[in-house]
Amino acid sequence: MSETKEIHIPLGPSPEKWDLLSKGIDPFGDQMILQMGPQHPATHGVLRLELKTDGEVVTKITPYIGYLHRCFEKVAESVTYPQVIPYTERMDYLAGMNMALSYVLAVEKLREIEVNDRVETLRVLVCELNRIASHCVAIGTFALDIGAWTPLLYLFQVREHILDLLEELSGARMLFNYIRIGGLAHDIPTGWIDKVREFCTYMDPKIPELNGLLSYNKIYIERLAHVGVMSQDVALQYGITGPNLRATGFDYDMRRDAPYSGYEKYDFQPQIGAGEQGTPGDCWDRYIVRVREMEESLKIIRQACDRMPEGDVKETIPKSLRKMPEGEVYVTTEAPRGELGIYLVSDGTDKPYRVKARSGAYCSVAAVPAISLGGLIADLVAIVASIDIVLGEVDR
Amino acid sequence: MTPEEICQKLQSAGIEVTYHDTKPDPFLLCTLQSYKQAALTLRDDPDLAFQSLMSLTGLEWPDYFEVASQLISYQKEHRVTIKVRCGKDDPSVPTLSDVWTIAEWHEREAYDLVGMTFAGHQDLRRILLPEDWEGHPLRKDYSPQERWHDISLTSEPPKTTHE
Repeated sequence: MSETKEIHIPLGPSPEKWDLLSKGIDPFGDQMILQMGPQHPATHGVLRLELKTDGEVVTKITPYIGYLHRCFEKVAESVTYPQVIPYTERMDYLAGMNMALSYVLAVEKLREIEVNDRVETLRVLVCELNRIASHCVAIGTFALDIGAWTPLLYLFQVREHILDLLEELSGARMLFNYIRIGGLAHDIPTGWIDKVREFCTYMDPKIPELNGLLSYNKIYIERLAHVGVMSQDVALQYGITGPNLRATGFDYDMRRDAPYSGYEKYDFQPQIGAGEQGTPGDCWDRYIVRVREMEESLKIIRQACDRMPEGDVKETIPKSLRKMPEGEVYVTTEAPRGELGIYLVSDGTDKPYRVKARSGAYCSVAAVPAISLGGLIADLVAIVASIDIVLGEVDR
Repeated sequence: MTPEEICQKLQSAGIEVTYHDTKPDPFLLCTLQSYKQAALTLRDDPDLAFQSLMSLTGLEWPDYFEVASQLISYQKEHRVTIKVRCGKDDPSVPTLSDVWTIAEWHEREAYDLVGMTFAGHQDLRRILLPEDWEGHPLRKDYSPQERWHDISLTSEPPKTTHE
């Protein structure tokens, strides 16, 4: 039998404070230290928030991340350029296509590969499908955290359709490895575009249904309006991007303002929060921006289906990636949880010298204390849910 | 503005910064002394107006350490990369956390993974790895410790193959 050892993992208050606590002395005065997480149903993964509370009011928040750290940057340095793609998809596993796109665009920019129109259109199509699937989870779990169980089931039905489509396309339901450097893994199956059109028709009534079920539900609005207000100043200081930035009323969407992969060819309207039910940048705004973004994504998907040009999706895939040009490149794309920036440094070998992934959710977690201090513990649950984090992307 | 124009603008304000026209992305290189001033000017000058820090990366090169920061100005619709280098014997650069708040977390990550320190940083702790981890994994000479508490860490690294 092996000897058992006592494992001490530093967690929570320091040992000195525990000593005081064990002697019946309260080192915190009237305040209480509360550990929210890491295994908390409302932290969307494994996030630990150390709260200092005064009654029900939160007076200090310290986020602890890293529980899901899988050494993406370290691994990326030890594998070849194409081998990094599967790892990128494991960052934000709810939006694998969007994750891979950023990395692939970075390598293509470094290698000066120009892909053809069909590849670009298909990439946009799958990324927008994935964005809807991702927002479905975001909204569903948001409602779940607030106490509404039903919307999650409705939204997972929608997501199931998308995952089926993407499964037919790539063979996998979440970790696709479909977008490749210089092209795509393979062309679409026969009749797939028609299925996507069918999905669009199916999806159309779902958003009004969701609005009736959840968005304008009085209890839901009361719970979210004026809660966790993020001002534009805070958003910019914390480098917040994506739907969370737009919810503050800041009109910026990379797909429109700094287009990549041919987004300039599509007609859609970035959605911004206006404080319809409360203050601009509150939880309800962050929620509704995502709902409306799904409609816009649907518009893009329809246009992509209509304009699907002919072409060979493997035309520009390089034969070998052993010799890469030296240099560095920073590419960002609009992922569902904010801009995913890939900073790629090459030293000319077949492996990246350094890969840094800058994720939107990382910045969102950093901003949690700034937007929730002085609020109630119950509101903190709503705020964490509203900023829509996936800890895989935060910890990488 | 292009990165070159941004560099000229900074130089005309008396800040020591050089433009490096590397492909595909150029960058501006500050000195350790001019780094903080350059960041403040980039944020506050109305023509530059870099409102947000997008990313901050620590890098180890054979002869020096480097910090690369990507900035964005939504108002002026331009982006730029600024860099600063420091010697291997003293991997310390001034912090940007009082210029853009999010730098606090990015710098903690650079400290955690690359082992750089940031002078003036209020809360320089590990962020992704456990507090009692040994070493900084993104150093090129890093070798992982054998055990962390009761967990063995000596598994084989992934094998790489060429097509």
